[in-house]
Amino acid sequence: MNIKQNIKTLIVEKPLKLDCGQTINNFPLAYETYGSLNNEKDNAILVFHALTGDQFVTGINPVTKKDGWWSYAVGSGKSIDTDKYFVICANVIGGCMGSFGPSHENPKTKKIYGTDFPVITINDMVNAQINLLDFFGIKKLFSVVGGSMGGMQVLQFISNYPDKAKTAIPIACTSSHSAQNIAFNELGRQAIAADHNWSDGDYNSKNIVPDKGLAVARMAAHITYLSKKGLQEKFGRKLQERDDLKFGFDADFQIESYLRYQGSVFVDRFDANSYLYITRAMDYFDLVKQFNGNLSDAFKNTKAKFFIISFTSDWLYPTQENKDIVIALNAVGANVGFVEIESDKGHDSFLLNVPDFLKALKNFLDKSYAEKNS
Amino acid sequence: MKPEYKIISDLIEKDAKVLDVGCDDGTLMEFLKTNKNANIRGIEISKEKVQICIAKGLTVIEGNAEFDLKQFPNDSFEYVVLGQTLQAFINPETVIRELLRVGNKAIVTIPNFGHWKVRLNLLFKGTMPITNSLPHDWYNTPNIHMCTIKDFVRFSKIINFKIFKSLALINENVSDINNSNLIFKNLFGELGIFLIEK
Repeated sequence: MNIKQNIKTLIVEKPLKLDCGQTINNFPLAYETYGSLNNEKDNAILVFHALTGDQFVTGINPVTKKDGWWSYAVGSGKSIDTDKYFVICANVIGGCMGSFGPSHENPKTKKIYGTDFPVITINDMVNAQINLLDFFGIKKLFSVVGGSMGGMQVLQFISNYPDKAKTAIPIACTSSHSAQNIAFNELGRQAIAADHNWSDGDYNSKNIVPDKGLAVARMAAHITYLSKKGLQEKFGRKLQERDDLKFGFDADFQIESYLRYQGSVFVDRFDANSYLYITRAMDYFDLVKQFNGNLSDAFKNTKAKFFIISFTSDWLYPTQENKDIVIALNAVGANVGFVEIESDKGHDSFLLNVPDFLKALKNFLDKSYAEKNS
Repeated sequence: MKPEYKIISDLIEKDAKVLDVGCDDGTLMEFLKTNKNANIRGIEISKEKVQICIAKGLTVIEGNAEFDLKQFPNDSFEYVVLGQTLQAFINPETVIRELLRVGNKAIVTIPNFGHWKVRLNLLFKGTMPITNSLPHDWYNTPNIHMCTIKDFVRFSKIINFKIFKSLALINENVSDINNSNLIFKNLFGELGIFLIEK
């Protein structure tokens, strides 16, 4: 599969010192843009993707041939209106859609990095992406937006670059990965490691893929993105193309079949080692600890206007964890709005057609953008 | 727009930092933004109302004043406004203390349960009063701690806060409340408006 031809890449020449101590330079950062940058260069929105997302936010993803992961929210006339805003999204470093990641060749050994790739953090991801501003000649973004791990990047971005964005929208996220979050990620990583094909990360040289392990990781994670009520309403105990139980271990239930399908399509588009690296970056994310226990200090130098959004049925990054960010922002007198959206679609709500969410996002952006001219 | 909004606005200095507690659909916030150039934030319990505020470009936090005011540091605002909701809280004393911790000054408005219509309603009908400003039945009212203008004045002495200015709204006219006319205002005032300090 030659995916490279559809991928725009910025080669970041400037050395980037990673949290793990290593320094990287001349590394590729794959990105995509939508809409156009205006003359004032003040209509740019940097979107950060979540764990398994990529730079292809909307429209048809040229690699998977499916709709972009945020097609509901981003596009002409949509919440993040590409007729109005210039949307930039980069594949995170550690990822597998063209940015510097574990499936790249190590120039020193001429072998695929695999687990020799340096462990990266949310901080590293953000510090890599800041280079896009210089590349496009943007002094200040109109907004930084992201859900889940994308939201963590929003928080880290503002903390690192307090005057580089006018508004910030962290959605369904947390300032510090909880034990439960880490536990689910570890489950996924262990599923991959338990697949014999994984070969301690060296599967590329053997031309095999730990697809079974990666599929199980995806299945487990997928459950955490949905709510019990949502699952019950969609699947209940409905059977899969059969009238009765078969007294075996085939997928009797629709939910089983659905999860298997989710697992199988995921392995076609995602690299197992990237999954390890990115989940690790999420687990290491602890903005509270970065600021010695006082999250407010992360935001004390910013004038950015925040809008924080959570969902009622999200038990992975529950409302309270989002509210903790609101509280920290209020403690330093930051400009922050907050709403919890009613939805039974779980953590995935931010990716789906949830009209109240899409409306709030659009209204916040459009009103904030109008303010600059008033 | 509620008639008291203009009165509340007159109590607030220009360019002040203001928190509207229970900001509803943001009408007062917009009014203060336009007329007083206020740096204004809101807190509102209803998701629908929060959405309306966002659509107006207002900075609002969804939350419950009884529990969520504690996130604001001391003296975060010059004014904190609490419009006609004190009676709906489980613990009005805590709320008043929180208002005065978070703000230098607070503006509290209360629907007056001592109004003559309320009194007559109870006296002659013998049922819980239902009026324009108190439209609920006893079993579905959010108002669990009704008080009169006189009660609020007494309350200030009991829990020890200063009433800097007190006004009564009668037929959309505003008048001062003082010691000598308190009995009269408590009978005819539909709404009490109080500017209070620690």
